[in-house]
Amino acid sequence: MTESAAVSRVLRIPALTRVEGEAALHLVIKGHTVIRAQLKIYEPPRFFEAFLRGRAHTEPPDITSRICGICPVAYQLSACRAVEDACGAVVDGQLSALRRLLYCGEWIESQTLHIHLLHAPDFLGYDDVFRMSRAHVTHVQRGLRLKQAGNAVIELLGGRAIHPVNVRLGGFHRTPARSELRPLAERLRIALEDAWDTVRWVSGFDFPDGECDVDLFALAEPDTYAIESGVPTVFPAGGTRTLHSFPVHVFPDHVAEEQVPHSTALHSRLDGRRHLTGSLARFAISGHLLSPLALQAAREAGLGDPPLLPRAGAALDRGSTNPYRSILVRAVEVLYAVEEALRIIDAYEPPPRPHVDVPPRAAVGHGATEAPRGLLYHRYALDSEGRITEACLVPPTAQNQGAIEEDLRHAVQAELARGVVDESELARLCERVIRNHDPCISCSAHFLDLDIERHGSQAKAAD
Amino acid sequence: MSGPVQPPNSGRRPRVGVFKFASCDGCQLTLLDCEDDLLAIAEEIEVAHFLEASSDVGCGPYDLSLVEGSVTTAEDAERIRRIRAESRRLVTIGACATAGGVQALRNYADVTDYLQTVYARPDYIATLATSTPISAHVPVDFELRGCPIDRSQLLEVITAFLAGRKPGVPNHSVCFSCKRRGTVCVTVAHGTPCLGPVTHAGCGAICPAYGRGCYGCFGPSGTTNLPALVPLMRRDGMSDEDVRRFLHTFNVTAFAAVEEALEEEDLP
Ligand code: SF4
Ligand code: SF4
Repeated sequence: MTESAAVSRVLRIPALTRVEGEAALHLVIKGHTVIRAQLKIYEPPRFFEAFLRGRAHTEPPDITSRICGICPVAYQLSACRAVEDACGAVVDGQLSALRRLLYCGEWIESQTLHIHLLHAPDFLGYDDVFRMSRAHVTHVQRGLRLKQAGNAVIELLGGRAIHPVNVRLGGFHRTPARSELRPLAERLRIALEDAWDTVRWVSGFDFPDGECDVDLFALAEPDTYAIESGVPTVFPAGGTRTLHSFPVHVFPDHVAEEQVPHSTALHSRLDGRRHLTGSLARFAISGHLLSPLALQAAREAGLGDPPLLPRAGAALDRGSTNPYRSILVRAVEVLYAVEEALRIIDAYEPPPRPHVDVPPRAAVGHGATEAPRGLLYHRYALDSEGRITEACLVPPTAQNQGAIEEDLRHAVQAELARGVVDESELARLCERVIRNHDPCISCSAHFLDLDIERHGSQAKAAD
Repeated sequence: MSGPVQPPNSGRRPRVGVFKFASCDGCQLTLLDCEDDLLAIAEEIEVAHFLEASSDVGCGPYDLSLVEGSVTTAEDAERIRRIRAESRRLVTIGACATAGGVQALRNYADVTDYLQTVYARPDYIATLATSTPISAHVPVDFELRGCPIDRSQLLEVITAFLAGRKPGVPNHSVCFSCKRRGTVCVTVAHGTPCLGPVTHAGCGAICPAYGRGCYGCFGPSGTTNLPALVPLMRRDGMSDEDVRRFLHTFNVTAFAAVEEALEEEDLP
């Protein structure tokens, strides 16, 4: 063993910041090689899957929204879809358009929050949005205005922005009159400008190189950018296998959750491989279905044309999968969501009833939607009275954990190869790498301590 | 709850910490959702510790600590004591921090069962058998209700602190807010079960305005009369099991009195 190979160390970051929820990172470095990168999620378990048992089939939308305050609509709508699937209810027409509108509100709000308040400070060299706002006040104000427009959509349709009260099985408790949506449209027209300016702003950032060589996983619809529904679709890494889909009913056969000792969040694997959900995956799989305006924005942002869905056997071009550029895709998705919201409002006719009936029956139901951070899957088993006998929730962050760890390993490895050994620099880099994926750790867990483990002679220096 | 919160007496900006325990992040997000006032607030205070928003993590002492989430692990029980020791004033935000939150449902079950339901290797997981409010561990200066908290109530608490006065957060029930909003009573008009009469005001009576009954996300109001409400819910078609579930959700420990109310009603 050479001298350098014998030296291994552990790096510690006390707490990961500017992510939702809290977690820790454990890096073991031997010589110049990263031996292990573990995202350690310490979030005390909250046991949703356990206490949902015995609850009525009407309850998951309200209860599971409390898993995450950042994407409650995603939880509510995945829950609705799963229970409606079990009960054989179909929500379509204007009711499903309203759901998409509500979800657009969450995309605008949540993606804008991540872009301006959590992620942009990385590119501009600030610790937080408060400090960043001194030199970049117009950008921050625009971000807050855009975020507010997203919140306004959720507030109008849902009653309030966090844990909306108006969502129920089969639709809504109350649907709005056309006139109620008019002021919202005014606001969204201003938001459309703001969304454009945001795309221009973030496209001026400096993007380090990076590549995510894992399977990409997102819902797909035949003729629209999937948000509130769709078919699970895989865009494989490596380009040797073809793009493929499977019905949501067989989700558990493909995405397996396993427990690892270092985390309270379960890790998942897609057909035994690491995979990534979220903006990059959505853009690679459905980018060609964005509106002409959003496509133009993507082109101007330097994302290029998203790949056309390849025919079986055709060469697979996955477009940009540089995780640092995820902020660009998010900005384009915000623009799309604003436009889509305006389109839905324009075409809105109040439905005859605010909801369809969802009578209980003994069955198992599956539901998946595209949370801002990626594919969120719910499954419920019901008895004949509608009592839940089993619940299973697979959030995006649990799915992305493996890909994030792989990304961390690559990034730190590259830095070490460049001769960077300074711990605070490495720690800063790790946080950036994690933030690229906008992980929502509260959905599974919290508390991120980064420790880089170094063994051998440098161990003392690390302590 | 003790008296008014005092600003620090020197000319420096008060140092504010935001801390998270077992929770969904929704209550601290409410702070970031104060879009119109966010930058103004940030001018008035020093954000000393706010992991979700800032990479500049400062240590105590803090003039004001806002605490979200409930205590569910032994380390967290220890951590809240440290935070309390470093905080001049400590305000809990949300149902998790003031009543244990939805995760307190475990308090009425066997946590070992829960662990086995969720995890293949429960032995990897360290957790307490209960989810308890912050006040079960340390003295709390003010408790702000809601799941999530209301934005304007949060602003009121922060500005009251900055001004050195007691926050003006009313203690009455959701019914009052419905009357103020001009919403027709859903129980009287439609026979919809509603917890408005026993639920703490603050949300602005959203649910009845959207045509559903209040499900109690703000927890009990100052004076609750559960025994009077139970027969009304039975009249509107709820079984005792339904009533129990209705109250046993987001503020399960705070509404624990429902058991007594149900028993009282069972008496001949
Ligand atoms: S009280 Fe509700 S909104 Fe607040 S942190 Fe707890 S679960 Fe989230
Ligand atoms: S009406 Fe009740 S359940 Fe609805 S938001 Fe207000 S307090 Fe919460």
